[in-house]
Amino acid sequence: MAVESPEKINAQIAGLDALEIQVKAKRNLPAAIWGRLWPMLLAISIVLAIWEAVVLAEFWPEYVFAGPVTALGELGTRLGEAEFWHAIATTMRRAVSGFLLAILVGVVIGAAVSRVKLLRAAFGSLITGLQTMPSIAWFPLAILLFGLTENAITFVVVLGAAPSIANGLITGVDYTPPILLRAGHVLGLRRISLYRHLILPASLPSFLAGLKQGWAFAWRSLMAGEILVIIANQPSLGEQLHYARELADSARLLATMIIILLIGVVVDVLFGAADNALRRRWGLDQRIG
Amino acid sequence: MPAVRLDAVSKVYGRGATSLLALDQVSLSASQGEFVCLLGASGCGKSTMLNLVAGLDRPTAGTIETGGKQIAMMFQEPALFPWLTVTGNVELALRKLDRKKRKERAAELLDVVHLGGFAKKRPHELSGGMRQRVSLARALAQEADILLMDEPFGALDAMTRDLLHDELERIWRERNLAILFVTHNVREAVRLGDRVVLLSSRPGTVIEDYTVELERPRRTESAEVAKLAGEITVRLKEEVSRHGR
Repeated sequence: MAVESPEKINAQIAGLDALEIQVKAKRNLPAAIWGRLWPMLLAISIVLAIWEAVVLAEFWPEYVFAGPVTALGELGTRLGEAEFWHAIATTMRRAVSGFLLAILVGVVIGAAVSRVKLLRAAFGSLITGLQTMPSIAWFPLAILLFGLTENAITFVVVLGAAPSIANGLITGVDYTPPILLRAGHVLGLRRISLYRHLILPASLPSFLAGLKQGWAFAWRSLMAGEILVIIANQPSLGEQLHYARELADSARLLATMIIILLIGVVVDVLFGAADNALRRRWGLDQRIG
Repeated sequence: MPAVRLDAVSKVYGRGATSLLALDQVSLSASQGEFVCLLGASGCGKSTMLNLVAGLDRPTAGTIETGGKQIAMMFQEPALFPWLTVTGNVELALRKLDRKKRKERAAELLDVVHLGGFAKKRPHELSGGMRQRVSLARALAQEADILLMDEPFGALDAMTRDLLHDELERIWRERNLAILFVTHNVREAVRLGDRVVLLSSRPGTVIEDYTVELERPRRTESAEVAKLAGEITVRLKEEVSRHGR
């Protein structure tokens, strides 16, 4: 029986490896960007066309429901005003600080609940329940507790976002693949090293999904809060909406709404990019075909 | 003094009427440098046995002695961490070393499994056989005396499996490992093992302990391997058909 020499075996292994490694097609960046961009542009044009059509149909007078040209013109004017930028800055500051606080609270609660069985039994379903509670229902209580202050808004933003973030972490810990846990055990990972090297990284995709959902809740709660809790001499996007309605300034109202939508889209794109980067690194992005 | 010794080990899953006896009074030992293949049909508790030796599970009765030796384990899946690169996965097993030593050692080990050029890749970029070799490098990084292998090549194509048999044989000899290798592939067991231990199913007990005296290196497709594999297969089929009645 012919026995193969080590050199031959090495050559065979190298050959198989070379054949099995996937050949990656080079991406053409401008084409890739355009490929993503044109469907969005198409969707925006369709929305604008429908909007214009509704205005032209004159269900409402133009001063009640402004058309896209008027609204976008107003948006252009507003973007030249310091007050508007001040409003955006205030809102974003509240959003970011509220969201960061929600992350802190969510991570602490999520870590505790995923780690301690008793806490899980006691609070697990309560956290999920809190997620379904419409955040606007918290405002009367928040206003009673904190008055018409920014603290009332922050309170509701955190309550809106923290459960999703905690749940994301808990799900991630729960769904750490058992085979990886066994491999980790054999590699001697225990307690802190187990969390550091295995459970935390493994729960990252789910945690990221929790953050994304948490942000969506935070943003909604914040808008509700800013419309309800108006603080004097502190313009914010919600406050702008409120006054635009009081003054029956339809163009201004719509211009502010467009900005709110845009911020939402931009943040969503950022979370999407983070998610994609993670999927690419982990090899979860291999599509069929 | 054997490297691993199982003495009347039993394992029961569950309690009361629904309990399942997975292993019944299994006694088995392997010396340092010995390659022992555990062979059996489904439900013979061969994976359970490895889990018990690895400390992933506790025996219900009996004792397992490994004399405090370092144990490494490979699974049917590579079980690599997808968030780490190939070298990162190997380095995880070397985390007690300082950074420089760790890098060097990981590079050496990747060379041992012929993956020196793939250190910066991520597991998903490699083929199944290559991932399994990373997993082997990670197991070797633990400087273990005992290597437990739970159908490590079960999911690979025949050609890759053949090459990995050669690789494993070389590494086993160089490092004088005690290997417990679980498989349901009779030829693979005869190809690799110094001994082939045949297990019965439900509950798992040792029914035969063959010593394979064929000269190494062996080829899976050789007549000698086929002959002994044939004998063992007959015995295995007898054991399996007992359950159909």
